[in-house]
Amino acid sequence: MTSTSMLGITVLIDWMQRYADKITEHEPLLTALDAEIGDADHGINMQRGFEEVRMRLVHERTDDLGAFFKSVGMTLLSKVGGASGPLYGTLFLRMGMVAAGKRTLTPTEFASAVAAGVEGIRQRGSARPGDKTMVDALTPAIIALHQALDDGATLCAALQAAAIAGEAGMKATIPMQAYKGRASYLGPRSIGHQDPGATSAFLLIQSAAESICAAEAHDS
Amino acid sequence: MKKLINNPTLVVEEALAGMAHAYPHLLRVNFCPNYVVRADAPQRGKVAVIAGGGSGHEPMHSGYVGVGMLDAACPGPIFTSPTPDQILAAAAAVDGGAGLLFIVKNYTGDVMNFAIAAEECQLAGVPVETVLIHDDVAVEDSLYTAGRRGVGVTVLAEKICGAAAEAGAPLSEVAAIGRKVSEQGRSMGVALTSCIVPAVGRPTFTLPEDEMEIGIGIHGEPGRQRVALQSADEITEMLATTIFDDLPFTRGSRVIALVNGMGGTPLMELFIIFRRLAELCEERDITISRNLIGNYITALEMAGCSLTLLAVDDELLHWWDAPVHTPALHW
Repeated sequence: MTSTSMLGITVLIDWMQRYADKITEHEPLLTALDAEIGDADHGINMQRGFEEVRMRLVHERTDDLGAFFKSVGMTLLSKVGGASGPLYGTLFLRMGMVAAGKRTLTPTEFASAVAAGVEGIRQRGSARPGDKTMVDALTPAIIALHQALDDGATLCAALQAAAIAGEAGMKATIPMQAYKGRASYLGPRSIGHQDPGATSAFLLIQSAAESICAAEAHDS
Repeated sequence: MKKLINNPTLVVEEALAGMAHAYPHLLRVNFCPNYVVRADAPQRGKVAVIAGGGSGHEPMHSGYVGVGMLDAACPGPIFTSPTPDQILAAAAAVDGGAGLLFIVKNYTGDVMNFAIAAEECQLAGVPVETVLIHDDVAVEDSLYTAGRRGVGVTVLAEKICGAAAEAGAPLSEVAAIGRKVSEQGRSMGVALTSCIVPAVGRPTFTLPEDEMEIGIGIHGEPGRQRVALQSADEITEMLATTIFDDLPFTRGSRVIALVNGMGGTPLMELFIIFRRLAELCEERDITISRNLIGNYITALEMAGCSLTLLAVDDELLHWWDAPVHTPALHW
């Protein structure tokens, strides 16, 4: 196994930092989307959570990827609130369970960790694809990720494919009627609006692709 | 945005600090994590009744902390549920050894955060029961949706469960009473304006002068339907009829009626609403045994109101009438 195909703590920290940057950049968009069909706090809550994650990354250095993901998850659980806190918190806690005790992850292990995290989100929120939630961006992303890796793609290429699928999934929430989350209270009026949770979920996959592709480019 | 605030990011903490100064005989406030507990907590041998949710609904929930109602309230950021660690800290502060009752409004975030806290408590050997409030008839109910929102019935459930717990009822009984309240109460609301989340700085939505939102919740969110503004009597009829039809309030039934202001509606208008509600109940031979009229579960400065009817029997009326000493409810 070459260094280019193994993920260590550095690239994962970069992922979280890029995502925190992206959340800050898109905070007004996320909040505006949430104002249309929710309660106008998704961007604010996510920014509060990931700024705290960013701060802790500086102070809590660990090589144990399980401990790293667990720390991110617990931070989100205690700082984000709303529905996003438990959902994103669960995503990272489940990733931490898969990565427990490991200092590096193979692309397949990373994909399995993300898949376990997404399964955790589905269980915690009991949302199914088509309910107009973050699951609608994450599910196609996971399928594309696994498919690309099975086809022999690098993790960078596989995550780029996942980001494209996630973006399509995010846009596919626009014509959906919401059946879970606060948008469901609007009934048919939730149709025609992009789901804010699916949007932040797509950005997470996109950040992962950017971090890992940057690391591969640097190593090669 | 015109608000009497100092800093949008500090509104929750500064309001809690104000409450601590105002009601030291009734409650104590803890910061980081934020929670409010009754001044004499923990009460040994008493079920601790705990509620929480986003801030911006004042006086709910912190205003209901005191004797005969809540042992603890966990205020989250504006319109955002509290977090599990916050709920656990509040629970530890009020646990009297007889178990905990969580009263949770049915919102995805509140449900998940309280569920995680309840799982942690149970792992630690502390018995927890959760009463879910889901009374908003504006929301279609089904197994495949998030279900109905918790709104006005929350206030009544907190009062009634608090009274039963104060009298020494065991956890299973307090929970059963809470579930009975939850099953027998229905609400619906209307908004004339939206509200401004301080950190956002502009209204969540805008409504033309001649329109209103029907079937709103308590977060300044749009409702089920936007229609032309109507008279107070017509609005009351629309809300009350939907409630009557949802739960068969039969002839001769008794109710507690809550006419609740959303924060920006004068009390005078709420009495105009109550006037018509009383007539409608009389026409149906429904007795309003008790009433509560005022701002009890609000959405910041939103103008509008919600109606809540709770079908009651002697047991629920007994607990309703029991003494209560909190900042917002006292008799």
